[in-house]
Amino acid sequence: MNLLGKLDWNAIPFDQPIVMGATAGMVLAIVFVLSWVTSKGYVPYLWREWITSVDHKRIGVMYCVLAFIMLLRGFSDAIMMRSQQAIAAGGAQGYLPPEHFDQVFSAHGTIMIFFMAMPFVIGLMNLIVPLQLGVRDMAFPTLNSVALGLTASGILLTNISLAVGEFAKTGWVAYPPLSELQFSPGVGVDYYLWALQISGVGTLLTGINFVTTILKTRAPGMGYMRMPVFCWTALASNLLMVAAFPVLTATFAMLLLDRYLGFHFFSVDGQGNPMMYVNLFWVWGHPEVYILVLPAFGIFSEVIATFSGKPLFGYRSMVAATMVICVLSFIVWLHHFFTMGASADVNGFFGVMTMVIAVPTGVKVFNWLFTMYGGRVRFTVPVLWSIGFMVTFVIGGMTGVLMAVPPADFQLHNSLFLIAHFHNVIIGGVVFGVMAGFNYWFPKAFGFSLDERWGKAAFWCWLIGFYVAFMPLYVLGLMGMTRRLQHYDDLSWQPWLLVAAAGAVIILAGVVCQVVQLVVSIRDREKLRVTGDPWNGRTLEWSTASPPPAWNFAVLPHVSEADAYWNAKQRMQASPDQPAQARKYKPVEMPKNSAIGFVNAFFAVVTGFALIWHIWWMAGVGLLGAFAAFLVFAFRGEEEVEVPVEQIARFERGHPAEVVL
Amino acid sequence: MNIAVAIDDVDHQALPSASEAGPAAKRVVVAYGFWIFLLSDIVMFSALFAAYAVLVHATAGGPAGAGLFNQVNVAIETGCLLVSSYTCGLMSLSVNARRRPAIYFFAFVTFALGAAFLALEIREFADMIARGAAPQRSAFLSAFFTLVGCHGLHIAAGLVWLAVMMAQVAVKGIRATVERRLLCFALFWHALDIIWVWLFTVVYLMGVQP
Repeated sequence: MNLLGKLDWNAIPFDQPIVMGATAGMVLAIVFVLSWVTSKGYVPYLWREWITSVDHKRIGVMYCVLAFIMLLRGFSDAIMMRSQQAIAAGGAQGYLPPEHFDQVFSAHGTIMIFFMAMPFVIGLMNLIVPLQLGVRDMAFPTLNSVALGLTASGILLTNISLAVGEFAKTGWVAYPPLSELQFSPGVGVDYYLWALQISGVGTLLTGINFVTTILKTRAPGMGYMRMPVFCWTALASNLLMVAAFPVLTATFAMLLLDRYLGFHFFSVDGQGNPMMYVNLFWVWGHPEVYILVLPAFGIFSEVIATFSGKPLFGYRSMVAATMVICVLSFIVWLHHFFTMGASADVNGFFGVMTMVIAVPTGVKVFNWLFTMYGGRVRFTVPVLWSIGFMVTFVIGGMTGVLMAVPPADFQLHNSLFLIAHFHNVIIGGVVFGVMAGFNYWFPKAFGFSLDERWGKAAFWCWLIGFYVAFMPLYVLGLMGMTRRLQHYDDLSWQPWLLVAAAGAVIILAGVVCQVVQLVVSIRDREKLRVTGDPWNGRTLEWSTASPPPAWNFAVLPHVSEADAYWNAKQRMQASPDQPAQARKYKPVEMPKNSAIGFVNAFFAVVTGFALIWHIWWMAGVGLLGAFAAFLVFAFRGEEEVEVPVEQIARFERGHPAEVVL
Repeated sequence: MNIAVAIDDVDHQALPSASEAGPAAKRVVVAYGFWIFLLSDIVMFSALFAAYAVLVHATAGGPAGAGLFNQVNVAIETGCLLVSSYTCGLMSLSVNARRRPAIYFFAFVTFALGAAFLALEIREFADMIARGAAPQRSAFLSAFFTLVGCHGLHIAAGLVWLAVMMAQVAVKGIRATVERRLLCFALFWHALDIIWVWLFTVVYLMGVQP
């Protein structure tokens, strides 16, 4: 019996210079950061204030940091694919051998969806939703920390696959029978499955946490129709997480049983049914699209209303459109595989439903336009991202409706037209959205704003780069180029792919600008300091200090209308000489910090790694460790700490509120 | 008419609607969150049910449900589970009444019935595997073992949870956190019953139809 399962020195690809170079870079970066943190003596601070923190704002920031790092990783995969396809024409093979190219496109999709877009969206929701609701924390703060840990575990496992073993070569959807043991005997698919199972549990916990927070803990007076639209979209997104992610968990569990215990769910023998995987995958997969894009819609709604100085046009229709999309997202999944061979009636139904779901989205676009109409629009960086989104997303939406016509889809299925379409909506919708949110809420999180000039440069590089990189893919799709080609014979495709590669380089310039923006802003932070309300905001997050204290609000705000903070400011301007009232504070109960999130993440990585490599004793140790940690947590004595009145009063004296709610 | 007047007399300011009342009590929040979790769990089971429904006739020339399922065994299993739900309810009542001996007693009975259910299920599985009806035999059997086994795993997790909770009652007493956890356990245990009723119907009753 082998103590290390399938693991041996052959697992590390010493013969592949590109992989080893990337691994060395990654290891060096980690060693550098860790030694810098240790030499500066930041470890106790990080442990006390961040890693064990159950504060939703800190957790939100950590999600965003993870997402940024994974954006760099996923983007380098994209650069590799674009450069490979730019040169591998005719007889040329490019610089990436097929088995490596296959891992690159699988990792790119997996990382960008699960480990870039999801953490970014969840991070922004964590940071802002409790503040907008006017409460002091999430419903389950410690669970929030556990969920962050599980997401980070999935990310770590995916990145370990770069150095130890391999990643899936199946595409990010891992369709069987290709992903079955028979055709993918390596550990790549196992890395994919366990990383996503572990982070998927984290996402489910996040969903439960947000649904409970939004539905059960809002400031006094904040009825549903007074909630900011971002809270509504966050609610819809998290309802989808709760309803969709368990399907993914069950589907991956079935594939794992096939691979580990020889079951026959999706196998070609034993009367398994591979198409069932495709159905189940997209029953999760299509709602996932809306899990990502609905919060982005919410961000645009906040940004547009704030910087137009007007209430959002059609608040009620916006809420209705959000909830309609939430429901409809569950009855369009079959449009991902019209070519499966379902009857014309079935394809027709799903085609029509797909067109119907464009209607509420159109309602939203008109609402944003009418909000800007007649407003005094300030063209800040978040607004630029929002306008770029509106143009880009509408184009992507229209190509989507085009592909919703089943006969057209039969031509375009699996072609680069599809790739262009979904990048058009995901970059134009989700990425532009989180960038707008990042620039909009950064001052709230850190107390200083981001540099405008570098932010605008980043936006223009991204916008132009996006069009240069992806419009040629529409053309190539119509010319018949299919996705995931490591090389191709048709030389007439190459000019378009060269243009696309140039576009990727322009986006790279945008990414560099964003890094510079961050560095410059941190350097000049004293000059960029802001008050609690740098943008003349409308919602409750701007009524507290930037960054807010751990308890968010010294006194829970009382809400009597939508856009509560804006209206309070208007009233104060109307009668400015009201006497300042001395505020009375009560001690605040805050949840205690806990290491359970970190410890649980550690054991999750141990267990996942052991299962991937069939090291059964280690998997047992990991599971027992997680259970023991859970017991210690369950039996802890103190669960909350009390923040004394003096501390609250001291903070409030240092950060006087402009308007009292 | 008098009634209408009476309603109009109510001071609306003093009675905010439920959605405007501010953050709910901790007990409500915890139970609500756990309900959401249970719904997600039911969604996961629904995916497994769907897979079972798709694969139920995919026997690959192997045994079908009609020749495998033992109705008597399943009836006893069902009895154990339903009675354990009743005793679990009695345990909840004893928690409300703060009667510790009664809590231990009903928890013990619940545990014993759950363990009996699990033992019967494991015996059924072992028996089927011994007769060549292992999950590797056909897609139908894969789906059967996964669906029923997943419910069994939930029962096993529930038993561990119940044991931990009794240790908590003994060590920490019936304080607010322990009470909330016991409330969640009761919800969990009853939800498993609901899933079993579906399982019993879809797998065992419909499975033996000719």
